[in-house]
Amino acid sequence: MSDTSHAGPDTAPGDEQEGGSFVAGFQTYLTGLALAVLLTAASFFIASTNLVWAPSIPVALVVLAIAQMGVHLVFFLHITTGPENTNNVMALAFGVLIVILLIGGSLWIMAHLNQNMMPMNQLMNMQR
Amino acid sequence: MTTLPYASSHDDGPYRSGRESNSYRNGAAAGHGSAGPASKRVVVGFGFWIFLLSDIVMFSAFFAAYAVLVGATAGGPAGHDLFDLKNAGLETACLLASSFTCGLASIAADARNKLWFYAAMAATCVLGLVFLGLEATEFAGLVAKGAGPTRSAFLSAFFTLVGCHGLHVSIGILWLLTMMAQVFAKGFRADIKRRFLCFALFWHALDIIWVALFSVVYLMGVAR
Repeated sequence: MSDTSHAGPDTAPGDEQEGGSFVAGFQTYLTGLALAVLLTAASFFIASTNLVWAPSIPVALVVLAIAQMGVHLVFFLHITTGPENTNNVMALAFGVLIVILLIGGSLWIMAHLNQNMMPMNQLMNMQR
Repeated sequence: MTTLPYASSHDDGPYRSGRESNSYRNGAAAGHGSAGPASKRVVVGFGFWIFLLSDIVMFSAFFAAYAVLVGATAGGPAGHDLFDLKNAGLETACLLASSFTCGLASIAADARNKLWFYAAMAATCVLGLVFLGLEATEFAGLVAKGAGPTRSAFLSAFFTLVGCHGLHVSIGILWLLTMMAQVFAKGFRADIKRRFLCFALFWHALDIIWVALFSVVYLMGVAR
């Protein structure tokens, strides 16, 4: 990050790059909308069809959802990989790390608890 | 962008930190060290971005609770008995379209076009209200069916998660109306445009959370 002297100023999240004209801005949102509609339609189709092997459906839904979040981030919130966006991307990366730890950790721990716990009626008997 | 200076005395805020206080007004600061502090718009936007990420972390806790409790139906109805994909699809369409119109309002604000700004914001507001109406109808239907939040841990988690998102949308609509009023009363002043930047970020972030929500709650609920 030290040799970014040629890079432009930082941009706020949600701000487009410098020099974006009216038409270019509109096209960005239109592209985002089209991609989001496509991914949403794919999600709803996969969830309601019988054509797909059932155990693969949750995986496909997660992949499509992550893809759509990426589309929203890039085309609606204008979070890009450019050097003027480094701060925003770093914050996002930290947020994603926490989210993964929280959700993944909860599911992992609770699944193991369920597995290792004595059935509830036996637990009740022990207390008597 | 730089036609209206926003350097009235009450507006300087805590971000104005000293040297070269005029250079950033032209967007000349690079924020990588030597060029002085970043512009106030960048600082405000970044701060709100941090808030949004913390909000997303809060939602991820609700998501984790839902995912853990999704099987705890206590003999009551599960997701595939309750959820209506047509309703969820309509809600999704409304929120996605409102995100798009909110983007159009951003373009209109950049172009300082009041007519387009009001039109796009009004469309965003109507779509948000339709979304809230659909969700309220769904909730009322569930409660009437005896599947209210007290029925099982699964339904408690469901109502908490989806209701929390609905609450955010309600607050967003209040904020939206406030922004329209502020632009009406004060025009596209730099501080008003910063507030609008934050609103637009908030509204787009709500749509991102809804993507996770309809995928995890509705689609996986029906598919399993």
